[in-house]
Amino acid sequence: MLELIVISTLNGVLFGMLLFLLSSGLTVIFSMMGVLNFAHASFYMLGAFFGFQLTKWIGFWPALVLAPLLVGAIGMAVERYGLRNTHKHGHVAELLLTFGLAFAIEEIVSMIWGKSPLDYRVPALLDFPAFTIFSTNYPAYKIFMLAVSVIIFVALLIVLKRTRVGLIVQAALTHPHMVGHLGHNVGRVFMAVFGVGSALAALAGVIAGPALVTQSDMAASLGPILFVVIVFGGLGSLPGAFIASLVIGLVQTFAVALDGSLASAFGPLDPSSGPSVLTDVWNVTIAQVAPIVPYVLLVLILIVRPMGLMGTRET
Amino acid sequence: MTTAATSTSKMAAEPAGGLRFYGVWLLGILVLIVLPMIFSSGGSLTSFSLIGIAIVFALSYNILLGQTGLLSFGHAVHYGLGGFAACHMMNAVVSHGWPIPLPFIPLFGGLGGLAFAVIIGWVMTKRAGTVFAMISLGIGELVASSSLILRSVFGGESGITTDRTALPKMLGWSFGPQLQVYYLIAFWLVLSAIAMYALTRTPLGRICNAVRDNPERVQFIGYDPHVVRYIAFCFAGFFAGIAGGLAAINFEIANSAYLGAIQSGLVLFSTFIGGTAFFFGPILGAILVTYLQLGLTNLTTAWQLYFGIIFIGIVMYSPGGIAGLLMMHRPLIRAGTLWTVIPSYLVAVVPTVALACGVILAIETVARFSGGDPINLFGIAFIATSPVTWLTAAILVVGGFFVARLAWRRIAEAWDKAATVARDRGYLA
Repeated sequence: MLELIVISTLNGVLFGMLLFLLSSGLTVIFSMMGVLNFAHASFYMLGAFFGFQLTKWIGFWPALVLAPLLVGAIGMAVERYGLRNTHKHGHVAELLLTFGLAFAIEEIVSMIWGKSPLDYRVPALLDFPAFTIFSTNYPAYKIFMLAVSVIIFVALLIVLKRTRVGLIVQAALTHPHMVGHLGHNVGRVFMAVFGVGSALAALAGVIAGPALVTQSDMAASLGPILFVVIVFGGLGSLPGAFIASLVIGLVQTFAVALDGSLASAFGPLDPSSGPSVLTDVWNVTIAQVAPIVPYVLLVLILIVRPMGLMGTRET
Repeated sequence: MTTAATSTSKMAAEPAGGLRFYGVWLLGILVLIVLPMIFSSGGSLTSFSLIGIAIVFALSYNILLGQTGLLSFGHAVHYGLGGFAACHMMNAVVSHGWPIPLPFIPLFGGLGGLAFAVIIGWVMTKRAGTVFAMISLGIGELVASSSLILRSVFGGESGITTDRTALPKMLGWSFGPQLQVYYLIAFWLVLSAIAMYALTRTPLGRICNAVRDNPERVQFIGYDPHVVRYIAFCFAGFFAGIAGGLAAINFEIANSAYLGAIQSGLVLFSTFIGGTAFFFGPILGAILVTYLQLGLTNLTTAWQLYFGIIFIGIVMYSPGGIAGLLMMHRPLIRAGTLWTVIPSYLVAVVPTVALACGVILAIETVARFSGGDPINLFGIAFIATSPVTWLTAAILVVGGFFVARLAWRRIAEAWDKAATVARDRGYLA
């Protein structure tokens, strides 16, 4: 049991940090531009696929740098030529544009790389067990993922809190018009933020690709969870996104690891009553419920605290 | 400004308005009756049935998106739950021997969709805009995932099957043949379309529009936008449930795919491509999207990509959808200045078609690069691996793009002139 807790905590924190790599970009983009970038998870997917392809051509380490740069450039192009032109039609049109984009990216990816999972391997350098706890070998690659996410997290924190660029971004989070009036090129700031956000998502994709499954539906399966994270944490709040990422990551990892059900806790129901909703609920294991846990959390937070954990403003 | 425009155009249309108004509806009903007599093959009957269901579904979606300004990414939840409700009802009718004939079943589908909307809607509609969009997405995923867990209700992966012919007959119709099912769908289509149109004319429909445009002012005049959104959400859920019930009757099955994100995405595509600002927009969109879906799946593996591209194009260049584009021409036709624009349109057709062909060729080249079967574009065969094909595609895309841009600028100029003349003659664009 202790083994399960330790391993699941490690995995959960890891998944949570990955989620934060994605949700931080998403939430900053949302607060600044008012655009919920539906294609954010698609950039994550593009990162994984570019990472796979570049790893095949030039090796993992160059790919780790190049793939996020490429995706970042795509993100900037999307902002410059797509969103900026759509802005005059309102936020719904912008949201729909990114929705269409997410749809198109998924189709393009499955057209080029096929629909089946890719053989995206952990680089040989990191393909060894880092340490052994309670007879479980913990892979070094996961430690590497954790390290990368933590480094990015710290770097992001420093940039946002300690640099002039961060100051402008923070100001633009709450008072975009004021920042514009002060003479900053808000358009360029938006484009840069969009690019950096996309690049971070792609970085998450490159490092998550070998550990999780690299497949053309990975964006569609992760995207909704990402939205849960930023609603749960409170729209536009970075600390909220951080906490929510960790909470969702831990909860989901623990749910997958646990095999209990109501039947195993309280004994089976009387079999003569036949199948019903009750028996379904009674027999379902926590692991089976894992996919819906984030959405249940979403509904709960909406009922208890509609603005999210750390959210301060109504949209 | 805009309110003045609508009121003057309304006054101009008033004298013959009644006749023309009912004429359009009667014509629509007539077309629905006559269609299967002209195209009587099994394939076209199936297509018509699917289009009919899609129209009801898209119209119900437009109660949210077009009327109330709520962008939902989970509308298929009501559609799917309506389908399941209808299936369970049909099975219950058969097993209990209740005297409920098939034509009443879609009503139970609607009640199924309504029930869920009533339960979940209050929490969901607290806020509009992006927050609502995200919540609807989350709820959609929640229901879709739960449907695989609650096997006794949703039948797991395989779904719930039913037999529509086992229900009591009505007027001697067994609803076994597709033709009878088509007429059943057409009947419900007309009924729901009239009901939904009537809804837009009620005070509730008007206050929905007000909530869409300016919720704060609605609060000032004493309405609660939250309540209005909730009621609109319930209506949308009800009509989506009817569409789901019709689908359950048509396919004799309901499964978790009904509830899924793909279905929600398709209805969003149909409604938005058709145009949300006019009542007939979603009808056009549903016809187009369903037709393309049925037609393109046989031609290409990348048909969803074409949807995505059409959708992005509409969002970026014509947010009013096809209906918006068509209705833009109304003041020009009235003022008689449309003919000044048509030459520019004709000029633009060539490069635009070239651009489209180039894009199609490029997509198909990528899609069939490893497969090897040739691309047949208007009778000309292209080999996906040959550089000639790549070059042709590149020339068409790049050349078509630059020439088309010039041509479209010309259209914009001609359009502005024509619109100015029309405005001078008193027809506001």
